[in-house]
Amino acid sequence: MRDWRFTLAEQRATWLALGVFLAMFVLYVANHPAGFTPNVVQTAANKGVLLALVAMAQTFVVVTAGIDLSVGMVFILANCLASHLVVGSAATGMAGMLVVLGAGTLCGVLNGAIVIFGRLQPIVTTIATGAVFFGIALWLRPFPGSAPEFSAELADALTGKVLGVVPASLVVLAAVVLLVWVPFRRSVLGRAAYAAGSSEMAAYMSGMPIRRAKLLAYALSGLLAAMGGVFLTFFTYSGEASLANGNTYTLYSIAAVVLGGVSLFGGRGSAVGAIFGALAFRAIGDLMFVFDVDPLWQPLFQGLVLVLAVSVGAARLFQVRNKLELFG
Amino acid sequence: MPNAADRPARGAISRKTSMNDQHPLFRMEGISKRYGGVRALERADLTVEAGRVHAILGENGAGKSTLIKVMAGVVAPDEGRMLLDGREVKFADPAAANAAGIACIFQELSLIPDLTVADNILAAEPPTRFGMIDRKAQRRLAEQALARAGAEDIHPLMPVKELPLSRRQLVEIAKALVRDPRLLILDEATSALTAGDVAKVFAVLRRLKAEGIALLYISHRMQEIAELADDCTVFRNGRKIATYRAGSKTDDEVVEMMIGREYRHVFPPKPATPPADAVPVLEARHLSWAPRLNDVSFSVRAGEVVGLGGLDGQGQRELLLALFGVLRGTRGEVLVDGKPARITAPQAAKAPAIGMALIPEDRKTEGLMLPMSVRDNLSLSALSMVSNLGIIDQAAERRAVDEMIKLLAIRTAGTRVPAGSLSGGNQQKLVIAKWLMREPRIILLNDPTRGIDVGTKQEIYQLLRRLADSGAAIVLYSTDYDELIGCCDKVLVLYDGTVSRVLEGPEITERALVGSALNLAEADTGQRAVEAT
Repeated sequence: MRDWRFTLAEQRATWLALGVFLAMFVLYVANHPAGFTPNVVQTAANKGVLLALVAMAQTFVVVTAGIDLSVGMVFILANCLASHLVVGSAATGMAGMLVVLGAGTLCGVLNGAIVIFGRLQPIVTTIATGAVFFGIALWLRPFPGSAPEFSAELADALTGKVLGVVPASLVVLAAVVLLVWVPFRRSVLGRAAYAAGSSEMAAYMSGMPIRRAKLLAYALSGLLAAMGGVFLTFFTYSGEASLANGNTYTLYSIAAVVLGGVSLFGGRGSAVGAIFGALAFRAIGDLMFVFDVDPLWQPLFQGLVLVLAVSVGAARLFQVRNKLELFG
Repeated sequence: MPNAADRPARGAISRKTSMNDQHPLFRMEGISKRYGGVRALERADLTVEAGRVHAILGENGAGKSTLIKVMAGVVAPDEGRMLLDGREVKFADPAAANAAGIACIFQELSLIPDLTVADNILAAEPPTRFGMIDRKAQRRLAEQALARAGAEDIHPLMPVKELPLSRRQLVEIAKALVRDPRLLILDEATSALTAGDVAKVFAVLRRLKAEGIALLYISHRMQEIAELADDCTVFRNGRKIATYRAGSKTDDEVVEMMIGREYRHVFPPKPATPPADAVPVLEARHLSWAPRLNDVSFSVRAGEVVGLGGLDGQGQRELLLALFGVLRGTRGEVLVDGKPARITAPQAAKAPAIGMALIPEDRKTEGLMLPMSVRDNLSLSALSMVSNLGIIDQAAERRAVDEMIKLLAIRTAGTRVPAGSLSGGNQQKLVIAKWLMREPRIILLNDPTRGIDVGTKQEIYQLLRRLADSGAAIVLYSTDYDELIGCCDKVLVLYDGTVSRVLEGPEITERALVGSALNLAEADTGQRAVEAT
């Protein structure tokens, strides 16, 4: 049977991203003064999971051949909202968290509705809605801070360690993959989302539910970006309407998606790849730290790695025989 | 979501309906469809019966594509009604037509390139378990469908984009079969297939016919129709001309029906052909670009208009692109003024030593920058002609632009308005004007009058002849046979990437063009009757 070869070919980009991440991470841990300890792993995981969640959010939209420039702002909005609503005991905090996730999903649905029914380009739509989301965040939290009765109990439970070893945030991330991504990938709507990204006309001709699929993709994008925002609140115990932070996460999510082998043309790639892309991207930043490089160099190095990753994808251009296809 | 594996086969139902025989399986009455001002279909009637192969014939633009798009639920008709088993049906989208048992294999493929073969075959209604796609069941169903389509050798997990075109076509057929259609529409389904594959597909189609499925078969290949069809209907200019039993008319009669007698354009007179010993301005020798172009040789002398004819998509577009340096990996030789020329990019083609211009097929994307002004569009490709040492001489630019607008009588509110504000015909004149600014000696045109009004067409014909008279060498690809007859001194008819026939002077007639486009042997067009199978 040659089946495994096709499966491997489909997942090649994901494995590649995993490889890059492992290489970076091993290099990082090997040179870390404390070595491979649960604490080092936990710190790295907590930072990585934030970007991983936002990168997953970006993946949902990118597979439909769109792009979501509002993920960073949904992330920030959820952060500010959670700093108000995640209060009291673990149970009430959980209820507040669900409200925040619902709000994030709503943001995604709004994006999707405008793109699908208003027929506006995703890039324009999400720049505009992103500004609106940030405006609301600023209104919610003009100054950084949190509600006095913030549920630190819940925050600590979800950012600590399970059984004293495994970072809880990684467990949550794995659960999200299993409960959100895998069902999406295997559902009829998930496949329709990929099909719409690959060739929307062919998908329409095949009678696939394109609109519902895209709406779902945008909604899940909002949900996951909000989940990232909630985790940010858990780490910092506060909400901050930081424009710089929102923009950074939006841009890094695109970088992570590209590193993770998700095609910006749509139809190809996996959120699992995007997660490894995000972790690898974070690990590069951490490497700077252990090698004692001036933090000012960090963007330069991250940029170089990104350029390299993108160049690998561009190699196919050498095979194009009709030059008009270069512009198509 | 119903489980496709558990659905009863619709074949059983259709056999039952065909037995009680009160209504034909499918009937359309008085269907019309307009696109803007163009009438694509006008009060068309068609009856398709179960267990028979019904062939649709017609020239380019006869309305065949629109007809099947209406049947498949892709476009809604403006008027008329469709009956399935005698009951009126309306299709909101392709999914609705599928649900009613009409499956269509489109000319432009409906496969999704990044998905696997199995994913594609069961794209519309995959088998599900617990709300998720059941991949094992899907794979089994896909394998069955592939076997039914005679393509057992295609691996169901292969991504479709890695399959060659002919294999993809078989996947398309498998995809249609998995829906257990009662009426299967095949639009040029064999045009990309090799002879061996065609034989396989025909065996499958005959089996489906025996199962009681109705087949609507659209093809330009007369031999295939003779071999397969039971009934034939001829369309022309959006109207149904006639329906007849296959074999009851000769090839000649059929071609006559496809051409008809229609309004003809007024063309400027053709001058006497230039002396045969004149050095050709442009010459191609054994030009190939596998697999779309195969060993094409021809030459164009100064003052000559050479036409490219044949059915749409036989390599004409590729030939023009190859000459213009857009295609990589072409083989053969191109000579300009008798000297070998290496044209590797459009920039090289437009250099003064070569002086080539290509008026592209799609003026909106390849010809003009619609939001930019008329003046910018006109002068952009000719800036070097109106500038000194890289500085644009604005006065010279304005003069050149005004002159060109006057020469081509482009109707525009001014030179600063966006090109997109002009009418279609004037946009097309703008594209031509843009290239004339460079005073080209070799002008390639890709169907320049498609979709523009008759008046502007007339002006373009006059202009082409004027350009030729002033010494330009012109290559004109047109899907309009009248145009080839009226404008060209010589026509190369392309078929499957090769020049199947060269028509010169008085030989250029509609009958010869249609006959050679269909690749009927010359002697055959007159006598051979379509034999029934």
